[in-house]
Amino acid sequence: MNDVILTVTDLTMRFGGLTAVNRLSFEARRGEITALIGPNGAGKTTAFNCITGFYKPNKGSISIAHTPGAALRLDKLPGHAIAKKGRVARTFQNVRLFAGMSVLENLLVAQHNRLQASTGFGVLGILGLGKYRAAERAAIELCRHWLEQTNLTDRANDPAGSLPYGAQRRLEIARAMCTNPVLLCLDEPAAGLNPRESAALNALLLKIRDDGCSLLLIEHDMGVVMKISDHIVVLDHGKKIADGTPLEIRSDPGVIAAYLGEGDEDDPDAPIAETLEEVP
Amino acid sequence: MSARIAILKDAAAVAFMAFLIFGPFLGLQLGDSNAGNLTLSTRPELLALAVVAVFFARLGMLIWQEYRPARLPGTELALKVQESGRFIAPALLVFAVALPLIPGVQNVYIDLGVLIMTYVMLGWGLNIVVGLAGLLDLGYVAFYAVGAYSYALLSTTFNMSFWECLPISGLLAACWGIFLGFPVLRLRGDYLAIVTLAFGEIIRLVITNWVALTGGPNGIDEIPHPTLFGLSFSMAGGPGTFAGFFNILPAPGQRITYLYYIILFLALLTNWVTLRLRKQPLGRAWEALREDEIACRSLGINVRNTKLTAFAIGAMFGGFAGCFFATREGFISPDSFTFIESATVLAIVVLGGAGSQLGIVLAACVMIGVPELLQSLQIYRMLIFGIALVLIMIVRPRGFISKRRPTVLLRPVLRPVQVTEP
Repeated sequence: MNDVILTVTDLTMRFGGLTAVNRLSFEARRGEITALIGPNGAGKTTAFNCITGFYKPNKGSISIAHTPGAALRLDKLPGHAIAKKGRVARTFQNVRLFAGMSVLENLLVAQHNRLQASTGFGVLGILGLGKYRAAERAAIELCRHWLEQTNLTDRANDPAGSLPYGAQRRLEIARAMCTNPVLLCLDEPAAGLNPRESAALNALLLKIRDDGCSLLLIEHDMGVVMKISDHIVVLDHGKKIADGTPLEIRSDPGVIAAYLGEGDEDDPDAPIAETLEEVP
Repeated sequence: MSARIAILKDAAAVAFMAFLIFGPFLGLQLGDSNAGNLTLSTRPELLALAVVAVFFARLGMLIWQEYRPARLPGTELALKVQESGRFIAPALLVFAVALPLIPGVQNVYIDLGVLIMTYVMLGWGLNIVVGLAGLLDLGYVAFYAVGAYSYALLSTTFNMSFWECLPISGLLAACWGIFLGFPVLRLRGDYLAIVTLAFGEIIRLVITNWVALTGGPNGIDEIPHPTLFGLSFSMAGGPGTFAGFFNILPAPGQRITYLYYIILFLALLTNWVTLRLRKQPLGRAWEALREDEIACRSLGINVRNTKLTAFAIGAMFGGFAGCFFATREGFISPDSFTFIESATVLAIVVLGGAGSQLGIVLAACVMIGVPELLQSLQIYRMLIFGIALVLIMIVRPRGFISKRRPTVLLRPVLRPVQVTEP
């Protein structure tokens, strides 16, 4: 099973004198959940922003394989084409919804490109001609599907900003999924969720994976990471220090040292192992 | 109890400050004595009056803040207007269509209707940029000017008719909208406002100084009035005029009524396009852009093109309105396109509740109609007008109509009812 969907090679990103990501290379496999973890300031979010087109990396390449063997260079695409051509969707660490618009409208905006194409530059749409009506019905059906998946159907006509925090997080995932991505990138999806919401999130992410979309996530909550990831990449100071299955990562001395600080070399396994194993 | 004392103390402190400030201005008066030297007299009554007035004004303000009702007066009314919007809008429309036909309506009121309708149209046009796309544009008058000068120059130079020039004016204004859009794509909020403000001034200054083309400060006059299928509204009557063709007496009311229906048509066109666009992907993308530009980009929306279409379409309607303005006035000069026009239109949009079509109509009636109707009050009219605006913004800080209605609703799926066979 070596079907790679995302290949990051020698990715380097500098901000002035600070090298936030230094020659990072890793792969994410199709149909798997890949987690990017590391202590604060390790460069996870920077790497993530490079992949999703919010930063232009100084060096290195990022490519996505929509079908096995194909390759599309994401780092060559303009920002908005990452979602359109690259079919990579993302969510944000601090939820970025269109707060004043309704839940359903949020999901329709995510399907903008497909819908806009059916309106004939807006002209046919204004006149009510063309395939627009059918396209909109299809779009609403897709919205309905994701509203059901995220358990938001009841709130579809409410302003997105009026939802409770957990629901806003789910809506953001639903919105990203409405762009019909092959790779969904999640920036700390479990941040601020209570244990029950967190468990529901795990189930949702596993469902998305089983439906054929690959996932890449940054997460601090080891409970989520260890439970659902198929593959973990650990960063520290902008470099990859480990790469493997949750089981391998849990026992990796380098990772433990990075999380607990290098000073603890006398007693490397005691407290850190506890942190990492706190997840059943 | 202590709250009341605090209020009194505060009012007294403000009154003391008023005493310090007004003391030299009101309390002392310089005069000429017959001998030619200055005399100093005091006016304690006037000073006392001002200080007492300030004391009670401040007291009233504090009491209002302390004991203001949970629901401000006007909130109820505004909510009702909002809810009954679907009845009010058609009622207003019927009134607008019928206004010139009502017997006994004087031309001056129809003319006022034309003026208000022009601003309604400008407000609706600017609403696309400010209300929907959330791009603060302080130079909207530039597109108005482009439209007006397009018509004035085309008609006086090439003898083109109003109806031929109308689309060209809109198109040229839209081009300028895109032209302005490019440099400001990366700007937001205050910075965007400053650049658009400068753009408005640049257009006005170019018009003023390019004397060879635009006539400079002298403007362009003898701009032809619009014709109805080639029939002019000349007061001379005779063949080829409206009155001559229908064998009626020429009257100034005919031309005013015709102008009224043109602007009504143009304004309704603006409204219709905006309402349709709001329910289209483009309109939703504009609103999404207003809410969060970064999220838009992550969803694959081309932020640049979306902003440019907002600028272009908003500018196009500004150009149409400008074209109409030129044909109505018959004379245009740079003085008609100063910053105060942009500010008025923006005030209409903000006062109406950004994004609300009906709110803009109400705001245009208040902003344009009230000062005109108060003409008889002479110097006090702008004072009353200013106080009225401040009061409106206290009572309705987010505009007359600030509730947004979703453009699409999720309807429950109708599941087929299971019929059990008997």
